[in-house]
Order: sequence, then structure tokens, then C-alpha cells
Amino acid sequence: MFQVRIHGRGGQGVVTAAELLAVAVFDGGKHAQAFPSFGSERTGAPVVAYCRISDHEIRAREPIMEPDVLIIQDASLIKQIDVFAGLQPRGYVIINSAETAEELQLADKIKVPHSLAILPATEIALTHLGRPVPNAVLLGAFSALTGVVPLEAVASAINEKFKPKIAAGNVAAATAAYEYVMNQVATHA
Amino acid sequence: MLRQVEGSKAVADAVAACQPEVICAYPISPQTHIVEGLSQLVKDGTLPNCEFINVESEFAAMSVAIGASATGARTYTATASQGLLYMVEAVYNASGLGLPIVMTVANRAIGGPINIWNDHSDSMSQRDSGWLQLYAENNQEAVDLHIQAFRIAEEMSMPVMVCMDGFILTHAYEQVDIPTTEEVKAFLPPFVPRQHLDPAEPVSIGAMVGPESFMEVKYLAHQRMIDSAAKVQEVAKDFEAHFGRKTGGLLRSYRTDGAETIVLALGSIIGTLKDVIDELQLDGKSIGVVGLTSFRPFPYEAIAAALKGAKRVIILEKAFSTGTGGIVTQDVARAIEGMGIKDFTVIAGLGGRPITIASLRNYLTNAMAENIDRLTFLDLEIDTVEVEINKERALR
Repeated sequence: MFQVRIHGRGGQGVVTAAELLAVAVFDGGKHAQAFPSFGSERTGAPVVAYCRISDHEIRAREPIMEPDVLIIQDASLIKQIDVFAGLQPRGYVIINSAETAEELQLADKIKVPHSLAILPATEIALTHLGRPVPNAVLLGAFSALTGVVPLEAVASAINEKFKPKIAAGNVAAATAAYEYVMNQVATHA
Repeated sequence: MLRQVEGSKAVADAVAACQPEVICAYPISPQTHIVEGLSQLVKDGTLPNCEFINVESEFAAMSVAIGASATGARTYTATASQGLLYMVEAVYNASGLGLPIVMTVANRAIGGPINIWNDHSDSMSQRDSGWLQLYAENNQEAVDLHIQAFRIAEEMSMPVMVCMDGFILTHAYEQVDIPTTEEVKAFLPPFVPRQHLDPAEPVSIGAMVGPESFMEVKYLAHQRMIDSAAKVQEVAKDFEAHFGRKTGGLLRSYRTDGAETIVLALGSIIGTLKDVIDELQLDGKSIGVVGLTSFRPFPYEAIAAALKGAKRVIILEKAFSTGTGGIVTQDVARAIEGMGIKDFTVIAGLGGRPITIASLRNYLTNAMAENIDRLTFLDLEIDTVEVEINKERALR
């Protein structure tokens, strides 16, 4: 079982990100279970969504408390809530931010060894999509950092979900994010 | 076709495959996506023989459903929580008139305090309404139960509630095999009402019944509910023959062979419980789970058979009767009377409180040693409530 927790704010497409990931995983022949944490659905309010990935049927329905992957769609949440709670040792952290790990003071907050990718997903979305929606972009980063789903599966999930024009922008943005993180990984290797 | 899809969308597509002729519903969370999906299918021409009637309230939704069903139309509606309570007067009339309406209840807590999240207090409040109540373990079963529900309803002339956990199932994306309209047609024949309103051949349905016959009419409803248990089983068997899936029916046992302790539960928590049972069995513990699909009709004999040989049964409930405790427990206790099985109740998940594997493991470990009270509220903040209880008592 591989467990993903996505943090963001109402309006950033947090729930859609979990859905897209589940569809991408399903298209690859695995089982996935995506579900939102059903809070108050107001624009700007903190929102959490989850996605479980497995080779087998997924039966458990508790919230994901010990994620293998954290996707932080809005870095301002890091100061507000303990988004890193329960992160598994050697887990993956993907953050949408134009700042560095030092500027975000991550060393004080993430207590376990982990793989990290920080990318300006909102800017990438604005460039390719014309809208500040970072959700699909971060799935491109997810694909690059974890290798759990290929970029092609993310792209096909995006194409299934959105109308052609919006889908094309999101696929371009996800691809740019994928390359950004691949370069980051190569630099650190 | 196997799809990765939201539970609500899956149910909307399954209901559409049953070719309803009238759908009327009033939106309420967490049911909204289901009726949104169906209204879209009506609007885009997928259901050319179906009328989607917008109404101003749940009371109107059930009233329109009654009218539509009485004319012989296959009729569907959906609601949750306060919406179900608002339609209650008409809910009892639907069953009293023997109308085979199918209704989804996207299970949600009842206020006050207002709470939009999942538990079973809404459908449990309709325990005595004369409707069948079938509870889905996952979204595949939610889909399958709706298809089975129309057949059970129409063959019995009784209305059926399909209960699925709000948010936990309605808003979850998982893989679901949704039968096509053609496949469903081979399983679900066209609705032929026993009697219906027709200006060409006028009849009266629902005339007043006085003291001389009311008891007899109600007794017939009682007997019909008892008889419906066989129909629920028969339809599940035939569904399996058509679609190859063992869903629906009265109940399903999981790893209960020789188990000293058996947990009995309804709805989506059964999946989490199965994972916990697997863990506990790995540790050599003697424990299994019974998932109760049919709460009404209540399968006394099937429960007695499923629990035979166990030392204790733990009934996990997502609703309770204030001041007494478990609701399902009362019926289970009667089913196992004289069998020497001790019953315990755990109330869990009220108002959307997550039921975690860790809490279940801890509770069940204590339960196997009978180191628990007859009635437990899982993860209750006992210190907080005790302070409040003492304050309230001091003020009286």
C-alpha cells in the first residue's frame, strides 16, 4: 500500500488532484481509492484529500495518517497546520513554492529522512494554463519524484477529466513540472 | 464496464441503467452528486423515457414519487439526514400503499447540532417505516444493490432504501463495474404494477381504513416484511448468476469459521474491519466479521446461523437510541436468545468521527478478553464529557 495525502486550499483543485491520481493509477492496472477529507468547502479554507494505491483491493477507509507522499499545494499552510504529521521515513514531499527549503525552514519541521521536490507550480500553471491552479502540475512532479505512475498516465487522466483546451494546458504544465523535478533530481544525484 | 469513478456517479449510472420513468429529488449533502448525475443523464437524452421532476422539498419529492409510482411508473428518489426526516410522513405512506419506490439514503448524521458528516442515524430513524433497508459495504455493492432493489421492490410491492455511507462512499473514487442498460434489462424485467391509477379503469388506492380492518392491514405489512427476506436472498442469487458478483443478500461472513469473537456491522466500516480481522488473525486471535446487508427485513435465522458457536458478538453501530444504546443490538440479541452468546455494543463514527484501524484493534483486543463494558462509545473524550456531566448535574 502506497498512501498519498494532498494539502491545499479550497479552489486549488485538491479533491480533483486525488481523483486524477486515482484514475491514472487505475489506467495502469492498479487499485486506487481517492477521497476528500470532508471539511467546510469554502474558497481559501484548508482542504485535505487522500489517495491510496495498491496492487490489491483496498478495503480500509480510515483517513491517511501516515502518508508515503505529501503534496503541499499551498506552502502558506506549512506555518498554519502540521502538514507533515505522520510522514513515513523515506517518504516523499512535494511542495508548491518559489522559495527554497531553507527559506521554508523545512529542516525544523520534517523530522524523518525524505525525498523533497520544491517547484513553483502556480507559476508553471499560469505559464501553460493561464490559471493559478497547481493541482495537475504537481501530479507531474509526483510522477517524476516517485515513479509510481508514468507521466503518460497522468496526462491521460487529465485528458479524460477536462475539455480539450484546458486538458492540453494542464498536460503541458504537468510535463513542464515533470521535467523541472527530473532536472532537480539529476542535480542532486 | 470497469471504471474508476466517484461513488455518486456510479450510483447515478446504475439507477439510469434500471431505466426509471420518474425521478424526483431535492438536493442535500452528501446525496447531491447522485441526483445531479441523474438530472444530467435525463437532460442529455440518455433517459428518453424518464421525467426528472424538480420539487421544492423532500416532502414534495416523496409525495411526487408516491403519485408517480401509483400510476405504474418505475420511480426513484434520493435523500439524506434532515431531508429524510422532512419526508417522513410520506415515507410511511409509500410503504403503507405498497409502492415499489427505490430511494438512496446517503447516510448522514441528524442535527442538532448540525452536522453534515456520516453516520446511520437518518436511516435508522426509519427502522419501523415498513421500507426495506439494504446497506452497501463499498461502491460496487452500492451499484449492485440499486439494481437488485428495483427487482425486490417491484416483485414484493414494497419500497426499498439503499443506504450508502455519505462522503465515505458517495465521494470516494474507486473502481466499480457498472452494468449496461442491456445487461440490467436481462435481469430486471419491465415494471408491471399489481394495481395502478388509470383514468380508463378507475380504482382508489389508499382509502381510509377503520378500526375494523386497520390491524389486519398492518399485520399483512408485517408478514410481507418477513417474507421479503427470502426475496432478498433469491434476488442476490439471481444477480450473482447474471453478473458473477456476490453482493447484496441478507448478510456475509468473513473468516468466522470457528471464531470465538464475531464483529457484526453495517456499511462501509466492514472493509476496515476486514483489514483489522486479518491483522488479529495473524496474531493468532480467534475473530471474524459478519457484514449485515439487510437490516429490514431483519434476518433472525441467518444471524443465528452465522453466529453459532461464537462466544461473543460485538455489534458495531453508527447510530444509537438515546438513553438505551444500540439499535441493531436489540434485534441481534433476540436472534441469539438462548444460544449462550454474549453481546456487546460499540457505538462508533458518529457525525463523521473517523473510525481508525488503531482504535478498532485496541477495542477488539480488549473485547476478546471481555475487558469492556456492554456499551462503549469508541474514542469518546471521557474526561471532557465527565466535566460537563458534573457541571450539568450541579446546576439541576
